[in-house]
Amino acid sequence: MEGSVGYDNDLNLRATELRLGLPGTEPVSIVRSNKRSLQQVADDDCGVNGCRSDDQNETAPPPPKAQIVGWPPIRSYRKNNIQTKKNESEGGGIYVKVSMDGAPYLRKIDLKIYSGYPELLQAIENMFKFTIGEYSEREGYKGSDYAPTYEDKDGDWMLVGDVPWEMFITSCKRLRIMKGSEARGLGCGV
Amino acid sequence: MEPSELKRSKDSPNLDESTRRSSFPDEVLERVLSLLKSHRDRSSVSLVCKDWYNAERWSRTHVFIGNCYSVSPEIVARRFPKIRSVTLKGKPRFSDFNLVPENWGADIHAWLVVFAAKYPFLEELRLKRMAISDESLEFLAVSFPNFKALSLLSCDGFSTNGLAAIATHCKNLTELDIQENGIDDKGGSWLSCFPESFTSLEVLNFANLSSDINFDALERLVGRCKSMRVLKLNRSVSLEQLQRLLVNAPQLAELGTGSFSEELTFRQCVELESALSNCKNMYTLSGLWDAKGIYLPALYPVCTHLTFLNLSYAALRSDELAKLLAHCPRLKRLWVLDTVEDKGLEAVGMNCPLLEELRVFPADLFDEEIIHGVTEAGFVAVSFGCPRLHYVLYFCCQMTNAAVATIVQNCPDFTHFRLCIMNPGQPDHITNEPMDEAFGAVVKTCTKLQRLSVSGRLTDLTFEYIGRYAKNLETLSVAFAGSSDWGMQCVMGGCSKLRKLEIRDCPFGNAALLSGLEKYESMRSLWMSACNVTMNGCRLLAREMPRLNVEVMKEDGSDDSQADKVYVYRSIAGPRRDAPPSVLTL
Repeated sequence: MEGSVGYDNDLNLRATELRLGLPGTEPVSIVRSNKRSLQQVADDDCGVNGCRSDDQNETAPPPPKAQIVGWPPIRSYRKNNIQTKKNESEGGGIYVKVSMDGAPYLRKIDLKIYSGYPELLQAIENMFKFTIGEYSEREGYKGSDYAPTYEDKDGDWMLVGDVPWEMFITSCKRLRIMKGSEARGLGCGV
Repeated sequence: MEPSELKRSKDSPNLDESTRRSSFPDEVLERVLSLLKSHRDRSSVSLVCKDWYNAERWSRTHVFIGNCYSVSPEIVARRFPKIRSVTLKGKPRFSDFNLVPENWGADIHAWLVVFAAKYPFLEELRLKRMAISDESLEFLAVSFPNFKALSLLSCDGFSTNGLAAIATHCKNLTELDIQENGIDDKGGSWLSCFPESFTSLEVLNFANLSSDINFDALERLVGRCKSMRVLKLNRSVSLEQLQRLLVNAPQLAELGTGSFSEELTFRQCVELESALSNCKNMYTLSGLWDAKGIYLPALYPVCTHLTFLNLSYAALRSDELAKLLAHCPRLKRLWVLDTVEDKGLEAVGMNCPLLEELRVFPADLFDEEIIHGVTEAGFVAVSFGCPRLHYVLYFCCQMTNAAVATIVQNCPDFTHFRLCIMNPGQPDHITNEPMDEAFGAVVKTCTKLQRLSVSGRLTDLTFEYIGRYAKNLETLSVAFAGSSDWGMQCVMGGCSKLRKLEIRDCPFGNAALLSGLEKYESMRSLWMSACNVTMNGCRLLAREMPRLNVEVMKEDGSDDSQADKVYVYRSIAGPRRDAPPSVLTL
């Protein structure tokens, strides 16, 4: 009987091994001195909107720069106000994905071409053929089943329209049009 | 004058009570003590004897309260009847990084109500990490006719409407300093609320705000405030507008530019450079938002006498920084983004021999594809060229024990050493060992060390070193480090001057927490989050030490017995009554 198959034989199993890394990279071992923080990261990711990725659980090491709350220790003000040269070299566009609950595929828009919230919301309404309600500071978007939300640089999901436009376009990473009871919950006094 | 000198004359053995009193009347003592500014000296003085305690309290005009919950406004007003200037700090420092729940507290309003009654002649209020509403700002603006200076740093809860109230009502305002706050920016019209007759402003800092302000109103304001020495603009002010302001304010000592990136004609460049070269007293420069390298030469005339250059909002490349620094020989303080990379820091070492403080902030935190930033090489290069360096805040992607040992050998006078290796728990990238020896070198060599922030992979050995050598340490920040309770026990047992300890994501539990039982009353505060402390441990601490406030913040969905976030601080005001439901006071 042959012994268990090792990785260094002619079959070159390592090359055909299915794992999460890019081809040519070895699995990364993340050093964390406290397991709880790792669990917290996994928990944070599987928050209100469901797991971003089914693979982000305790068995797979998270990517090296997983977003841990409050790390690195930079004040939010500073995080929101740094515009790196990278933005400029891409021709100045700030492209973010837009997803709509129930729609089969995502879209991408350039936030830079809009001068403010009304224009942006109009464009999204046209893109997905629906109407967003009236915005008020106290109650969010009333009058429709939809609420436009975005993910900011801290990884939090926010209602579109609360912060000044300039702050919004530099901190918005992606947009999501929420539908139904989730959307209504978001509008009320949060 | 040293308090000890005064004490000697008073303690001469041959004087009896009556002669002592007549040769040293209270008025003289109060007059002498009024010259003492340092609040620590004043605290010492007040402990000498009852007479001195009274003389000190009657002569004190400025009170500094490092933790707003350590004392109540009534107690302060009772002890110090003649206060004109108050500095208050509120939330724990980790609130800057979103670790403290919303509505945690530190609201200024109750203080203002007491001040309005007891200190109607209040002139200055400086707040850090406090919650302040527009209603409070309006109340402040109308309650204190002599009000002169308002400084808000890292505060939240207010909008530009509150600033409008200040501008409208404070006729004697000399200082309005709004920095890094969570402010609701509703537009720039607040600036136009300064009356046309108003001329007293000396400090105006609105860099925090993003909306456009009425430039004509600003230009007139700056033009008529001839004593203005600090002006920090926001991003909406263009280069061309900056030039117009400078022409009318060449006396400025500190300037924060607006946006530094629009297209300028050759003539506009020349005019800007000329306006800047007339600013002979300028020693601080900041702002420079989105600075484009080609406009930096306009700054050269000012650079020769600059002592503080804040480039932390300008993503400069190494060559751009190098060219600029060649003109800044007198620089003592420099803040930059890590876009300048190690090469840029080499230029720092080569051009700025007088440098005392360096802060390097990370520019792009979310791009996982592009690795840039600074490494140990940049820090080492600076240490070779800048022997006077004593304050560093350094965000980097890698570090080695050997590099840190070299750095502190070159610069043994560190008072503030804040190193943040951005990947939590990362070891020495060459030897793969923990970073224990790095921080060991820091505490052994830098005997004047007051503040330390550690990072990277660290075992209990780091904390053994800290406890054994860091005898002047007052503030320690720890994250993702240590192996067991022993680490924290070493710190609690060894650092006799420790005042603030903040810890997150470390394997320190109840034994560690309770090892500091005797110590917490001599400290301002302790923060522990995501450690292994339990509710029972906290309850025990609260029971044993009734003069400490032990507060626990629970997170949704966590185990009932876990104390997720713990904040412990001494207080003579008892447990606070304004805590939100998410904060439990034990």
